[in-house]
Amino acid sequence: MAKTKRRSVLKLAGGTAAVSLGGLAGILATGRTPAYAQQKTVHWLKWVDFVPATDQLFRKEMMPEAEKALGIKVNLETVNGNDLQPRVTAGIQSGAGPDLIMSFNNQTYLYANSVVDLTEIAEAVAKREGGLFPYARSICSDGKMFMGMPWAVIGGMIAYRKSWLEEAGYTKFPDTWETYREAAKKLKAKGRPMGQTLGHTFGDAPGFTYPYMWSWGGKEVEADGKTVVINSKGTIDSVKFMQGLWKDGMDEGGLAWDDTNNNRAFLSQTISATLNGASIYIETLRKPDQYKTEKGMPMNKDILHAPLPKGPAGQFGFHLLQSNMLMKYSKNQDAAKEFLKWLHTEANYAKFFNSQKGFATPCTVKWESDKLWDEDPVMTPYKVAARLGQAPGFSGPPNAKAAEGLSKYIITDMYAKAVQGMPAEDAVKWAEAELKKIYSA
Amino acid sequence: MAVTAVSGSVARPIPRLRRMEDERWLAFALLVPTAVLLGLFIAYPFVEGVLLSLNSTRVGIKGEFVGLKNFDKVWNDSIFRTSVWNTFWYTGVTTVFKLALGLWLAILLNRHFRGKALVRAFILLPFIIPTVLSTFAWKWMFDPTFSVINWTLFQLGFITQRINWLGDPDLAMTSIIIVNVWRGVPFFAISLLAGLQTISPELQEAAAIDGARPWQRFWHVTWPLLLPVTMVVVLFSVIQTFADFQLVYVMTGGGPANATHLFATYAYQLGIGTGLLSEGAAVSLAMFPFLFLIVVVQLLYIRRVETR
Repeated sequence: MAKTKRRSVLKLAGGTAAVSLGGLAGILATGRTPAYAQQKTVHWLKWVDFVPATDQLFRKEMMPEAEKALGIKVNLETVNGNDLQPRVTAGIQSGAGPDLIMSFNNQTYLYANSVVDLTEIAEAVAKREGGLFPYARSICSDGKMFMGMPWAVIGGMIAYRKSWLEEAGYTKFPDTWETYREAAKKLKAKGRPMGQTLGHTFGDAPGFTYPYMWSWGGKEVEADGKTVVINSKGTIDSVKFMQGLWKDGMDEGGLAWDDTNNNRAFLSQTISATLNGASIYIETLRKPDQYKTEKGMPMNKDILHAPLPKGPAGQFGFHLLQSNMLMKYSKNQDAAKEFLKWLHTEANYAKFFNSQKGFATPCTVKWESDKLWDEDPVMTPYKVAARLGQAPGFSGPPNAKAAEGLSKYIITDMYAKAVQGMPAEDAVKWAEAELKKIYSA
Repeated sequence: MAVTAVSGSVARPIPRLRRMEDERWLAFALLVPTAVLLGLFIAYPFVEGVLLSLNSTRVGIKGEFVGLKNFDKVWNDSIFRTSVWNTFWYTGVTTVFKLALGLWLAILLNRHFRGKALVRAFILLPFIIPTVLSTFAWKWMFDPTFSVINWTLFQLGFITQRINWLGDPDLAMTSIIIVNVWRGVPFFAISLLAGLQTISPELQEAAAIDGARPWQRFWHVTWPLLLPVTMVVVLFSVIQTFADFQLVYVMTGGGPANATHLFATYAYQLGIGTGLLSEGAAVSLAMFPFLFLIVVVQLLYIRRVETR
């Protein structure tokens, strides 16, 4: 019987594979398994969408479609929005983790050294879709590179109970802070306060406190992005006003709320108004039988949206801007770029946009004239969120220092400390000291 | 003669094995795995932590050596000072309550009654359930809007307005203390129960025959004999509570307005949340001297009790 030698088996295997792969020697030399055994996987980490239909759409339809179209595997992971930043840090420091990570607001600047430039994709989409709104451009690009691919703006508007406001004598939502406080006081007396979080949470807390401060003339820094000017009459006035407003008209549990608490409080009819994305209204549309008013009518017929009131210095909005960062440590950068391009094709992005029903406002001009905005007048106020947003760090640039201030919740804490009893001047001084530490570093 | 014959007939052990017969070599060989594990998982991260706290690393940006600047910075940080105070207050209050309630429970459980084994098993439940899971349940019970505690108090007529459990700084601290005590009492109870069971009943009986009252029997017989176990249990508990993270992170996230931050949660917010890794490491390391001192004092005390 002929003896088979180990070496001859290796030669045979090598010879068979050599046609396309360069044999075992080639595999050993490159340290990579043969291409046919590797299906590229793109790991995309994003928030748990406040519109559950979107995550379902992604999982059931769009990700399988992407896999078919691009020949890759997409691993979609969703986490609470507050957990995204820790995941980014862990990924960067360990050099491994999701390829694409969703970022909120100007957090992109904090990770500028660790992400891949997405200018090519961003500019191509901007050109095709009539231009990128300056708000999205300033947050995602430092002028040299796109640190994140602009995804969408989650508009922050006040959702309110029309009938309750009418009962209190307001046919439209108060458009100044004075009338807002008056209305809130009347409503709180009836056990229906307005509700607002002053907790450490990514969306509604800064979405309220930053524009509130700006509307009184307060700001963190001058346009030079260096001189801290928060200790101003405007800011102090705003803090004093907040102290009264909180006692008179707000749900005092708001100090411990995250981005979901106000949704639950509104849906359980314990508050009459709250700054929010459109998720409350969309939820009542989804479950009209579950959410009813005290009179038994569907709650979605009794909800309207309004922008934040104006103060002595004007009317402002700070809307949560989401972008997707491609991480430098990713070993699948090309596949991830292809996936991003695929997501942003008009047909695919439209699927996402439509599933959101106006909860997400796209960052490019084209979508502002989409017919979706005409379908439901209750959602119309959200149409301009991407056009009108102003970024943290105003009137300086929304750079890494501004992002650090945002991540440390300094502005939100300034108001939270004051409503807990700290004198307004001291609360502002505390914020000033914290900001100086950041801007002087 | 016989001995010589036997030794002559057995092959001499090879030198490697003979070396293992030397107790010093054997001890070294047996200690190596432990030393490697300790070095890898305790010494290395600790040294890395120290180095990190001495430079200016941010997430994705390698820092340079800055000496003690980070420590100086956190020392002048009002949130850090609040965290220091909170950590001591949280550890002190919870330890006192856990010890008192745990001891009380252990003494009760040390008696004979029907269903003793079942009750002992149930007592351990808070300790067995994953902390994050049970803390989420507590978070709901303290929820600003839907608190079942508020609902019950309201229905019983004790309150007319909601208690803002997690929104008020003092109440938020009280809430996390309550949950920590709830979770920690079983550990104390079961450990102290084990200690109680090692005390011979004859000592109690002899004291009773001599006319000692129950309180005197506890104070002069039980307590001195239980003290070494108690000290070890307290030591473990203090270390764990001092470095607690998950309970506070889930319940309050350090809020409202940083009012319930502990060392660990603030270090996490700075280092992992904001990406200021070196400052986070400095906050985290600031815990070390305090813990070290506590451990040394307690270990010395245990040694004194044992050699008495």
